[in-house]
Amino acid sequence: MSELTLAKPRAPRRPAARRSNSELYSWLFMRISGVALVVLVLGHLFIMNILDGGVHRINFGFVAGRWASPFWQMWDLAMLWLAQIHGGNGLRTVINDYARKDATRFWLKVLLYVSMVLIIALGSYVIFTFDPNITD
Amino acid sequence: MTATAEVSTGSRGNQPPVPDGAITVTVKVRRFNPEFDDEPRWDSFEIPALPSDRVLNLLHYVKWYLDGTLTFRRSCAHGICGSDAMRINGVNRLACKVLLKDLLASGGKPTTITIEPIKGLPVHKDLLVDMEPFFEAFKAVKPYLITYGNEPTRERVQSIADRERFDDTTKCILCAACTTSCPVYWTEGSYFGPAAIVNAHRFIFDSRDEGAEERLDILNDVDGVWRCRTTFNCTDACPRGIQVTKAIQEVKRALLFKRT
Repeated sequence: MSELTLAKPRAPRRPAARRSNSELYSWLFMRISGVALVVLVLGHLFIMNILDGGVHRINFGFVAGRWASPFWQMWDLAMLWLAQIHGGNGLRTVINDYARKDATRFWLKVLLYVSMVLIIALGSYVIFTFDPNITD
Repeated sequence: MTATAEVSTGSRGNQPPVPDGAITVTVKVRRFNPEFDDEPRWDSFEIPALPSDRVLNLLHYVKWYLDGTLTFRRSCAHGICGSDAMRINGVNRLACKVLLKDLLASGGKPTTITIEPIKGLPVHKDLLVDMEPFFEAFKAVKPYLITYGNEPTRERVQSIADRERFDDTTKCILCAACTTSCPVYWTEGSYFGPAAIVNAHRFIFDSRDEGAEERLDILNDVDGVWRCRTTFNCTDACPRGIQVTKAIQEVKRALLFKRT
């Protein structure tokens, strides 16, 4: 077969409905975090790339100056968490759609969740423990 | 109209005289015979046809006069029964509702029409697919009236406005054109699919029905409405003009605002 071949749909033997709203909440989260990220990311890009000479003024001192303010700490923290969870949830639905074997699906999700937790933890750690007076 | 695999000519003998004004078009059909083929293959036929002919007429011409082994479903041939949904030039349509004049190449160039079975369901033979997974999803949303308590003495009365609420989704003929046009359904067959949701919608929004909660529970799960990515393929494919994507969104809205 020359073109895209799709396997037969799996025999859909569905379990009984779980009465859980998790899919609803994840759908709703995507909409809300998406709108929030438009503001957060565009604001971030504007400050970093356009305002006052843009990217050329960014150095250690600039970052230290911004993170001295709790407002920018919270901005960056919100951006980190929302982007990670928004992107992770999106990838989760992609894995749900395209993984054909239960084992593949499971391990891809493990990889996804581990990477999400690692990046969120590392990023949050840096934001809160950043030391502007670091030497050598 | 039974044909055996050995027959290579049509089931009705000689070709009829070509009518005035007929144009010759090429029809490429994606074929698969489980007894001989390992893989589906393309077969081309040159067919004299009038612009007012339907695609179904072209398929009849092939089966009756050129190759009696061509297999496809059709019953009423007038867009009511929903048997002959197929992929025509890449989009899901009922073969009995598409006119040749709408498929002709511009400027008198030669016309080629590709016809494939609907996607996402197992192919039995040629354009004939196994509809069971599709009907299984349909049955799973309980597409029948559910009521509790005593039956009324005479009838279940409904206002014109209440009837209007779900009028669009009563038009479904279960042809599977929408469900098999859905990219999510192509990759994940356990998704209920647009047709099942349309038929759930028909009862969820029926004022006489009392089973909305059960159906909403079913559609709130992993394989339910939240899988829909609003690509509008289903709305485009529906031969009855049902606003399928809108119906799915209305079920989502009911879940969001009425239940939580």
